[in-house]
Amino acid sequence: MDNKEMINGIEVKTTKKRSQLAEIWRRLKKNKLAMVGLGILIILVLFAIFANVIADYDDVAIQQNTAIRRQGPSSSNWLGTDHLGRDIFARIIHGSRVSLLVGFVAVGFALIIGGLLGAIAGFYGGRIDNTIMRIMDVFLAIPSILLAIAIVAALGGNLFNLMIAVGVSSIPRYARIVRASVITVKDEEFIEAARAIGATDSRIIRKHIIPNALAPVIVQGTLGVAGAILSTSGLAFIGLGIPKPQPEWGAMLSDGREFLRHAPHITTFPGIAIMITILSLNLLGDGLRDALDPRLKQ
Amino acid sequence: MDDNKILEIKDLVVHYITDEGVVEAVNGFNVELNKRETLGLVGETGAGKTTTALSILRLVPNPPGKIISGDIHFNGENLLEVEEERMRQIRGNQISMIFQDPMTSLNPVMTVVEQIAEGIRIHQEVGAKESIERAETMLELVGIPKERANNYPHEFSGGMKQRVIIAIALACNPSLLIADEPTTALDVTIQAQVLELMRDLKKEFSTAMILITHDLGVVAEICDKVAVMYAGEIIEYAAIEDLFEEPKHPYTVGLFGSIPSLDKNVNRLDPIKGLMPEPTDLPSGCKFHPRCPHADPICSKQDPLTTDVGGNHQVRCLIYEGLVEPKEVL
Repeated sequence: MDNKEMINGIEVKTTKKRSQLAEIWRRLKKNKLAMVGLGILIILVLFAIFANVIADYDDVAIQQNTAIRRQGPSSSNWLGTDHLGRDIFARIIHGSRVSLLVGFVAVGFALIIGGLLGAIAGFYGGRIDNTIMRIMDVFLAIPSILLAIAIVAALGGNLFNLMIAVGVSSIPRYARIVRASVITVKDEEFIEAARAIGATDSRIIRKHIIPNALAPVIVQGTLGVAGAILSTSGLAFIGLGIPKPQPEWGAMLSDGREFLRHAPHITTFPGIAIMITILSLNLLGDGLRDALDPRLKQ
Repeated sequence: MDDNKILEIKDLVVHYITDEGVVEAVNGFNVELNKRETLGLVGETGAGKTTTALSILRLVPNPPGKIISGDIHFNGENLLEVEEERMRQIRGNQISMIFQDPMTSLNPVMTVVEQIAEGIRIHQEVGAKESIERAETMLELVGIPKERANNYPHEFSGGMKQRVIIAIALACNPSLLIADEPTTALDVTIQAQVLELMRDLKKEFSTAMILITHDLGVVAEICDKVAVMYAGEIIEYAAIEDLFEEPKHPYTVGLFGSIPSLDKNVNRLDPIKGLMPEPTDLPSGCKFHPRCPHADPICSKQDPLTTDVGGNHQVRCLIYEGLVEPKEVL
């Protein structure tokens, strides 16, 4: 918030001290697309939190009613019903709980582990770097969906295992990104300057390297949430997700595909839900990257 | 070591060990510096000036850099022997450094006041609020209004960034300041301002200073003593007046000769012929002999010793050992 002051009769523009978060928020607000993304995301989260208020789980979301199966959108069932007569709107809202939770927790988990490994590898280099990154390469060599399938198949399909499976398979990606950006930042002159004023390694990593290496990681993180939601849906689609009858977007797609011809709405609406969620995350991620970089500040 | 002496470097040898060979960056560097004194370290690019400066802070990148031998005594401590933790306490607090390029030596995502306060917070037991207040005082001292304290480095011009860097370096009131070509990246008018600021602050803080530069004009402006470096050695060392009035070493003479004179009409510059020797493959004997106008066969065989030509004016040349006859009037 710039405010103008009069000093010695001259108008002087002063910048008040702002906390860094407030500063980032101010810059993010200017980005309309990012705000749209954030808005959609907040609505989705609110839906997920108040799912039971909007549509009761036992009475609506998993209540089968063969009398009204495969019906299109109507005033009583806004998005129609599926092949077992369950309300699709209610199932999408309850499904968002699983999708959002797995998406954010899995990415958070992968980001913390992968980021830490990548930062250590990039900062110290040499043998430590080689050891960590070769292990990551082994993980990367296995297709991530295959790795997730293997983990879920081995541990059994429940919410916690799903998060682990999706998270573990994306650790190497974050490790690589963080390592690459740490290596670029590490050789900058201001790191040497920080060392020359007596900063410790941990201070240099925390105060100088991480804030400068964050931008690509955040973008990858938000895109990663989208990817994790897709992976969850993918796993559910092949029957390795949350046990039925709990609704899950991927499982809904999978259930509906037999009826694609006569009742396309069964697959369309969960698909649109996935699309909107991922779009909002991508918009937000893009905006965040710009907002985090003070050089782009206007 | 007497009380007045703040820094004494003896026989410092620093090598960079690379796949292409061993780069002999600094070969037997000796220097003494008293309190409040300013030493100018002059030489071409690649003469080992920056490496010497980084050795004092023990920040030579390792690998490939390695301090092979020598002593660096600072306030009675041998910096090459102290623990890393002690070294960290010295950096920024007792010895600080101004880097060459103000564009890249500030963290782009931190406000300038935070960067100045960082050093204060590391070395002095003060809270966040007080360190910020002191940082603001420092900022005003280098001529930047307090209102701009919360700006980011990209919002400043090059000269102002260098002022911020000076403020960072002086924030803990160090007794030795190493300035590595502080004005090279700035344009000439700003150079003068920054130099003047450094001179004033040096006096105010009674700091000793090592000024690294390749600009003899800058040296004349601000230094008490000068050491001319060539291929990792000091080839001439003298008080400022002695060196400017009576340069002894053929290389120094050549350096002065290459500055165009204001009152003579010249069409071409008169540079020192040849190039700096490849640091992985230094010539035998005197390292300057391939470019020296007075070179004799003996110059390629015998390494010159340091000769005192009177008044603490030291030269490293066989002419002054009486072994070579100068070919023309020096």
